[in-house]
Amino acid sequence: MGTITETKQSKMFTKILIANRGEIACRVIKTAKKMGILTVAVYSDADAESLHVHMADEAIYLGASPSRESYLLSDKVIAAAKQTGAQAIHPGYGFLSENSDFCKACAKENIIFIGPPVGAIEAMGSKSAAKNIMQKANVPLVPGYHGDNQDEAILKKAADDMGYPVLLKATAGGGGKGMRQVWNESEFSDGLAAAKREAKSSFGDDTMLVEKYLTQPRHVEIQVFCDNHHNAVYLFERDCSVQRRHQKVIEEAPAFSMSEELRSQMGESAIKSAQTIGYQGAGTVEFLLDVDGSFYFMEMNTRLQVEHPVTEMITGVDLVEWQLRVAAGEKLPKTQSELKINGHAFEARIYAEDANNDFLPATGTLTFLQTPLASKNVRIDTGVRQGDEVSVFYDPMIAKLIVWDENREKALQRLAKALSEYRINGVTTNIDFLYNLATTKPFIEANIDTGFIEKYHSEIFHQDEQNLANELPMAALYLVLALQQKAKVNAAQTNDPHSPWNQTNAWRLNEPHTHQITLAHQDIEYPITIEQKRQGNNSYYLITVNGKTLDCQGSIEKEVLQFSINGYRSHATISHQDENISLFRQNGVFNFTHVQPDCGTQDTDDAHGGLTAPMNGTMISVLVNVGDKVSKDQPLVIMEAMKMEHTIRAPVDGTIEAIYFKTGEMVDGGAELLAFTPENEGK
Amino acid sequence: MAKIISKINTRSQDFLDNAAHMQSQVDDLKIKLDNIKLGGGDRSRERHLSRGKLLPRDRVLALLDAGSPFLELSQLAAFDVYKDNVPAAGIITGIGRVGGQECIIVANDATVKGGTYYPLTVKKHLRAQAIAQENNLPCIYLVDSGGANLPNQDDVFPDKEHFGRIFFNQANMSAQNIPQIAVVMGSCTAGGAYVPAMADESIIVKEQGTIFLAGPPLVKAATGEVVSSEDLGGADVHCRTSGVTDHYAQNDHHALELARNAVKNLNRVKNIELNITAITEPAYDSSEIYGIIPKDTRQPYDVREVIARVVDGSNFDEFKALYGTTLICGFAHIFGYPVGIVANNGVLFGESAQKGAHFIELCAQRKIPLVFLQNITGFMVGQQYEASGIAKHGAKMVTAVATAQVPKFTILIGGSFGAGNYGMCGRAYDPRFLFMWPNARISVMGGEQAAGVMAQVTRDKKAKLGESWSESDEAAFKQPIIDDYEHQGHPYYASARLWDDGIIDPADTRQVLGLAISASLNKPISETKFGIFRM
Repeated sequence: MGTITETKQSKMFTKILIANRGEIACRVIKTAKKMGILTVAVYSDADAESLHVHMADEAIYLGASPSRESYLLSDKVIAAAKQTGAQAIHPGYGFLSENSDFCKACAKENIIFIGPPVGAIEAMGSKSAAKNIMQKANVPLVPGYHGDNQDEAILKKAADDMGYPVLLKATAGGGGKGMRQVWNESEFSDGLAAAKREAKSSFGDDTMLVEKYLTQPRHVEIQVFCDNHHNAVYLFERDCSVQRRHQKVIEEAPAFSMSEELRSQMGESAIKSAQTIGYQGAGTVEFLLDVDGSFYFMEMNTRLQVEHPVTEMITGVDLVEWQLRVAAGEKLPKTQSELKINGHAFEARIYAEDANNDFLPATGTLTFLQTPLASKNVRIDTGVRQGDEVSVFYDPMIAKLIVWDENREKALQRLAKALSEYRINGVTTNIDFLYNLATTKPFIEANIDTGFIEKYHSEIFHQDEQNLANELPMAALYLVLALQQKAKVNAAQTNDPHSPWNQTNAWRLNEPHTHQITLAHQDIEYPITIEQKRQGNNSYYLITVNGKTLDCQGSIEKEVLQFSINGYRSHATISHQDENISLFRQNGVFNFTHVQPDCGTQDTDDAHGGLTAPMNGTMISVLVNVGDKVSKDQPLVIMEAMKMEHTIRAPVDGTIEAIYFKTGEMVDGGAELLAFTPENEGK
Repeated sequence: MAKIISKINTRSQDFLDNAAHMQSQVDDLKIKLDNIKLGGGDRSRERHLSRGKLLPRDRVLALLDAGSPFLELSQLAAFDVYKDNVPAAGIITGIGRVGGQECIIVANDATVKGGTYYPLTVKKHLRAQAIAQENNLPCIYLVDSGGANLPNQDDVFPDKEHFGRIFFNQANMSAQNIPQIAVVMGSCTAGGAYVPAMADESIIVKEQGTIFLAGPPLVKAATGEVVSSEDLGGADVHCRTSGVTDHYAQNDHHALELARNAVKNLNRVKNIELNITAITEPAYDSSEIYGIIPKDTRQPYDVREVIARVVDGSNFDEFKALYGTTLICGFAHIFGYPVGIVANNGVLFGESAQKGAHFIELCAQRKIPLVFLQNITGFMVGQQYEASGIAKHGAKMVTAVATAQVPKFTILIGGSFGAGNYGMCGRAYDPRFLFMWPNARISVMGGEQAAGVMAQVTRDKKAKLGESWSESDEAAFKQPIIDDYEHQGHPYYASARLWDDGIIDPADTRQVLGLAISASLNKPISETKFGIFRM
């Protein structure tokens, strides 16, 4: 026994390299540190001061900011490992994690790739090939065409045969890129072209497959783990149904209303999928779960998933630790019967993006960043700090917020609370969207499928919310209370601390003491008067909005507004940054802008008719020429940024005067793309 | 400190009657002010707004720090004085916080007779400047005025305390490093042109503000030159060419923002050399003052009940409590600032006057601000009192009041008659601020007494001539005198003529005093050198 233990210990790595960045690099470093393993980070220009670089024991510079010039350069990554004496490379997710050439190159240099064998990556690398393998292994598949013949007519016939809707997918794809839903025959041709273009630019390969599109499917995936001692376990499922544009938004584990029978069926099926391809390490088998309980293999991800923390929270397993142990040749630490589900976990992905503007990715500096307090219930996986930049070069994910509690209801309450405590300034984020989603009735009731966001769009975005009868006075009350709180703090620091001039009660001689503010909600402005009655601690306020006066009282403690409005008492968590006020309530978040007086525009002539880039990115297609007359909404150029295409359209009818960028050029956010003269101006 | 224990029964019928009586006077005041606050008529307000200009009170609001109190001055100026209705004398003045600094704000109301200066407009403007000068407060002028009101030019232009004094004050305040900031938000014609021109820094709103010595009509009449207002003296001319103004504003809000920035660059520090304490609210509700003040002005009451509802924690350390008991003197705090309080509790005797003089000496020596709560029918009269030298005792108190260099604050809480007004720091004794309660009365003596004196003189004359005078004839003779005194002694009459700085709700006394005291402390307290006290 003694010798075996020794062997095991001697085989565990003493130093590993993490071929990744951001939160996942930090995540891996944490476990490595816990296990006493030294870590080597790699970085690009943009990441020179990033958190993962600071956390690692050593860091090696790879190259310029674009990932193809840094994180995707496998030679440089391997050279970095050799230079630092790292025995193994953890690829994280994305970048080189599912690149079989990289895997081979590691083997050649006697560096252990912390992941599955090359064969498994290759087998699952092509979606259509993967499905062929699974079909042979009797793993259920969604009806579809996975053939090599890519003739449009053949693809279309396959779609016609299986019946619409169908899904077009790039065989080399992932993450929603190169993927299109086609709802009927007439859309097929356009959809195919777009999907191919995306596939080509993303993967250099536009081979497509066609699948039956299930209308109310859930995305349920099984976490599997295999060692090289023929042991395999499944660590139960994650429900990742809530997606927008095929990107996961909130994941949870376990999946709701999952019978033990179905769970073990799917688990066994997942293990079979893995074993069919001789899998080792951590992997995820994704299934579509239909309303009738039948499930279909979608794909297998041969890496650690973004959403792995929810599995960790309910199983108590550190999946990265298992990865390292398995890669070092150890046996799986637990058997299937030793694994149990404990409680419920959610993960919300916090992105720099504008949920109100079609989830357009955002960039910028995180001028303010305050996370909820981490605890046994709340975990934050992030790779950024206050002051860091969300750049155009990488995925705009800022953090993953993971919560756990003993059941779904409680965990969901924790999720909402933690989201309301997450404060980010400087960059537009999806936090409000996540909060609204998490507090939507259908989500609370787990009435979920992959079409959730489209289906409940109006509820999530509060488009039906015209009646702000309580929320407007609440925000106004908060502003006045906050003003007074701030004044108190400021006064205490002066040498005239008790002066009545420090008051912010809008006191007037022989007149009501009235504050006047304007709040805007969804671009509608509401003038509000707040009459302050009585001074000091007994103050109350008569708040008049839309001709209705309410009797309000309240106090602010930390970020919670306790209020009483016409006798209705409750509370709201407030986020107040610059002039933006968000009110987190049980039924969602309400955003207001404190409208400042119009100080006029300075004497700068409008750069009239210029069309500017919405963000940093690459020009991928210029659709017009100088001198073209274009009509309103006509596509002019297509930019790619944050791995998505953005079409810039003509705002009104007009003429193109100049085009400043060529296809393939990098474009800075805000740069003028075209000069454009609106038609009516010529007259 | 010793806490005043109130003996008032808030459930007694007297209390309720008194409270109702005071309430009706306060209500009447507020109704009058509601109208005054509107400024010019609906039409002129609409015209003003349609030009993209803010109403003067909104300008003040936008200029002030968010939520700042505004201690408005002379709200009733020109009330019922002229044939024309000139609400607030067409000018809003007051003290407010701008950029954390207490400032005097003077804002013309162009909706009232084009913002032209009536005699009382001049007086109100000059009073605001005097407050600025005495208390070392920066001045911000929001100018929107057609200049002197021509029909009244004889009472506006030539004399020492007339229009020219405005610019004299600007120059001298500037010399004393009391900043002068002008914001030109409308016309600044003729003499008015000197407000921005004499300012330390000036701001002008494009397409709204104009500055010229003579407007287009006068230019045409004088030289035949035809020119638009904008070309003659608009923002572009004065910011780009003439250099009369320093900052170019896009609109009213922008101009006020620029004015706020100007104040932030003043580099001023308020150094307070007082032993400031933490504040506690008075132990009794200030609104109870309503029920304390007797409906019948002749009925005595204990002024300590008022003090208990004004000072911090109702704490009051009385000085010489057992001597000269018709004058209450003692130390207290208001908003943490130490104050000496001098308050009447009856007619002044020789002892009370000497006590008052002594106490004022104490405060001047210790540099403690003085608050006078004035409710005085006068000094005691009669042979015994004259013989005991009441005149010289009164003179001691008047000397002390006149020469004490600590900031003085006077509230007329009841009668203000005769020499009592002098000893209790009436307007002539330069209190930094003087306010009246709505129930106060001010005149050389009471209406009854005046009528009685004049009736006596008349009866004596008639007696010499051997004429008789019936009681009813005498009553008919006295009534118009009493009515005149009541009319002219009324706070509205007084306030309209700037004999005070405004009428306040008695319940606001603490707040108003706190603001006034704090503002006054922008000026360091000087050493006092008293005159000769006749012993």
